[in-house]
Amino acid sequence: MSDGRVVGIDLGTTNSLVAYMEGDKPVVIPGVDGSNLVPSVVALDPLPPNGGRPTVTVGNSARKALIETPERVIYSVKRLMGRSLEEVRNELKFFPFRIANDVEAGEVPRVQLGEMRFTPPEISAYVLRQLKRNAERFFGSPVTQAVITVPAYFNDAQRQATKDAGRMAGLEVLRLVNEPTAAALAYGLDRAKEGTIAVYDLGGGTFDISILKLRDGIFEVQSTNGDTHLGGDDIDNLLLAIALDEIHAEHGVDLRAHPSAVQGLRKAAIDAKIRLSSEQAAQFDIELPNGDRYQREIPRAVFEQLIEPVLQRTAAPCRQALADAGVTPEQIDEVVMVGGSTRIPAVRQLVDELFNLSARGKRPHTELNPDEVVALGAAVQADILAGASKTTEEMLLLDVTPLSLGIEALGGVVARIIPRNSTIPASATEHFTTGVDGQTNVAIHVVQGERELAADCRSLARFDLKGIPPMSAGLPRIEVRFLIDADGILQVSAREQRSGKAAQIEVKPTYGLTDEQVESMILDSFDHAEEDFAKRLLIEARNEADTILSAVERAPQNPAWQQLRGEEQAAILAARDYLSSVKQDNDLNAIRNATVALDQATRRFAELMMEAAVTSAIRGKTMEAAGEELGDEVTAPHPMAPAEFK
Amino acid sequence: MLKVLDSAVPVACWSCSVAHNDATLFCPHCSKIQPPPGGDYFSVFGLEPRLNLDLAALEQEFHRLSRRLHPDRFARAGENEKQWSLADTALLNDAYRTLKDPIHRTEYLLKLHGAEIGDEHSGKDRRDPSRVPADLLEEVFELNMQLEEMRMARSAGETDTELQASLEQAKRKFDGLLEDVDKDLRNEWQAWDEGDDVARKAAQNKMVALLDRRRYLSNLVRDVTETLGA
Repeated sequence: MSDGRVVGIDLGTTNSLVAYMEGDKPVVIPGVDGSNLVPSVVALDPLPPNGGRPTVTVGNSARKALIETPERVIYSVKRLMGRSLEEVRNELKFFPFRIANDVEAGEVPRVQLGEMRFTPPEISAYVLRQLKRNAERFFGSPVTQAVITVPAYFNDAQRQATKDAGRMAGLEVLRLVNEPTAAALAYGLDRAKEGTIAVYDLGGGTFDISILKLRDGIFEVQSTNGDTHLGGDDIDNLLLAIALDEIHAEHGVDLRAHPSAVQGLRKAAIDAKIRLSSEQAAQFDIELPNGDRYQREIPRAVFEQLIEPVLQRTAAPCRQALADAGVTPEQIDEVVMVGGSTRIPAVRQLVDELFNLSARGKRPHTELNPDEVVALGAAVQADILAGASKTTEEMLLLDVTPLSLGIEALGGVVARIIPRNSTIPASATEHFTTGVDGQTNVAIHVVQGERELAADCRSLARFDLKGIPPMSAGLPRIEVRFLIDADGILQVSAREQRSGKAAQIEVKPTYGLTDEQVESMILDSFDHAEEDFAKRLLIEARNEADTILSAVERAPQNPAWQQLRGEEQAAILAARDYLSSVKQDNDLNAIRNATVALDQATRRFAELMMEAAVTSAIRGKTMEAAGEELGDEVTAPHPMAPAEFK
Repeated sequence: MLKVLDSAVPVACWSCSVAHNDATLFCPHCSKIQPPPGGDYFSVFGLEPRLNLDLAALEQEFHRLSRRLHPDRFARAGENEKQWSLADTALLNDAYRTLKDPIHRTEYLLKLHGAEIGDEHSGKDRRDPSRVPADLLEEVFELNMQLEEMRMARSAGETDTELQASLEQAKRKFDGLLEDVDKDLRNEWQAWDEGDDVARKAAQNKMVALLDRRRYLSNLVRDVTETLGA
């Protein structure tokens, strides 16, 4: 237990902030550069030449590295939090994440950053640690406890991943708070109003809608809905795709092959989007690698037409949330706008229509900075949790679970045990029995989602009830208790009722990090234990060596191999043998150098393979089939830049 | 299902050691939070098991108890109190979720009294013809044909406005039947709340039958809504 300050953190897709209660007012804590927003961007610095420990840069300075060394920088990692490899692969259609391709199904995907690989919670932990440091610098004392916000529509795995990130950053996460609810807290503080409010939260990468009832300081969420894949990023992507296509068509330059040029263009697209919120037109004016200039004016009307489909995707969740709360648009007293994307006039227009506002003489609330309001609300919740504050002692937040919890029953059908929009904490008790005489295990599959078949829902956990006393089939009566805690995270416990024995359960999340893995990723342990770091680097280097070795192993089967001269083949084989021999030693630099040497020796071979692939594409094969022949180097389809599987 | 436990077993408070009745969320002596008490959902709110409830009073009590029990109030408490706050609040929320909804409340109370009530979500009895209420056999048969036709038309990319209108009309009719069931259910509430054992038993049997019919109708309406909205 600690009586230190509790800070509120908004860990955003695009930007992150930390705030605290100064007296009776929440305020954002600025970083050392004076800025309230810390861009959620992490860059791996160049490795020290003598194998010392690597360092990362977070925030604005990392964003600068995005143009120069995009392969060492990652942004929007929130999109990957709590996601399985399969879901991440889908994400690659939209984002140039570089995912390590040696991850087994069920393992947490890792992102390649320069020479190293990180899980999404580790990347988020770097952002959190930066915020923690900012707060510590500001207070002049350690900060160890925090409230962190998550999109209301985040599922169990995404919430757990966020908590894991907090722990890695050395923060005890006292509560995860839903972003729209946090925003309502920030607004509710100086209003002390009663009534029904809707929070419309369109951020960088996620959309949430929540309907709340306010009464006597109690903020009771009635319903929530959303889309964890909808936000300002999608708008940027639309503008970017147009620019890339036009540049390709008009200037014959395909920028998609130049990650840093794409990053430059993305920045221009974001600037244009922002200008279009206050002006009637915005201009692209970009110098291309061939010296040409790409100049283009985008009138606001064209922009609004372009983004209409994206904005319309927020309408259905709003209608569903209203229906679930049992209210009509006219019964909504206030609408609160959250997230940078709500600055777009077309968004405000849509919200006005959805809730029939101007006809009722109302306007959506935009008084608080939409980029900061979530962090401010998190600070209010932090104050509630810390207790002992007059300002917040009457306030209480009652939130709900966004998705129904169910278990897979016979025939793959979902038996719903906790419906969506149930106030949390919530629990359900189910009874299970055996189907075979003497059976001592029962397997249970827990899912989250609204679909009728388990296969269409998100798999949360599979577990075995073990140690059931052997009895006739159907006789054991195992009581399993499912409890969703105040963070929206599932806990399971079980008991065999006839024998009174507590059945042993191992809840194996379908996807996620184990406690031990999280423990091993705690950032401070890296900071202080150089040996750990050295070990880890060694493992990374060996993995990289293995990847290239196995590719070379297959090389002689490729027709391109025969096109190499004898001495080229010999050079490759010699470099291969050398790498194989140094790989087992503990000399990091020797392994790295040998890997680079083998890579260089195979360069011409790789070019020959590429040529062969292109030729076969011309012969009518698809590029994808050609890619498959190449082995692992398939690039995912992507509108902006090739996604790389390294 | 939750059992009605004997709530007269005295338990010593973990904090002040004074014995108290098992069915309490807070020690009457020192006011400290207690582990989840036995007893049914009604007793969480200090209510007698009844079907007619004052919902405004229920909400007020829910808010009052939430303020005292919620894990937010125990963020810096000891591990045991944290766990009890979580378990007690889950119990409170489960109880409120069940009791505030008239149908869930009725099902819950009848189950407490040993009634067998089908599971709303078990897929298997959804389309079982033996479960069709006798007076609706003909209409349900026709409706299912229309639904099938509609789905086929949809998958062929056609729009049959006549069929659509007829389905919408059927939906209105079944919605009306649902409302009738709800009215009939409410009529039985009083008989259950205030009747003697015989009247209760009769009301209980009627309500079990009504709930079956209701479940059937609402599944039907859902199917129609889904097909229309697809």
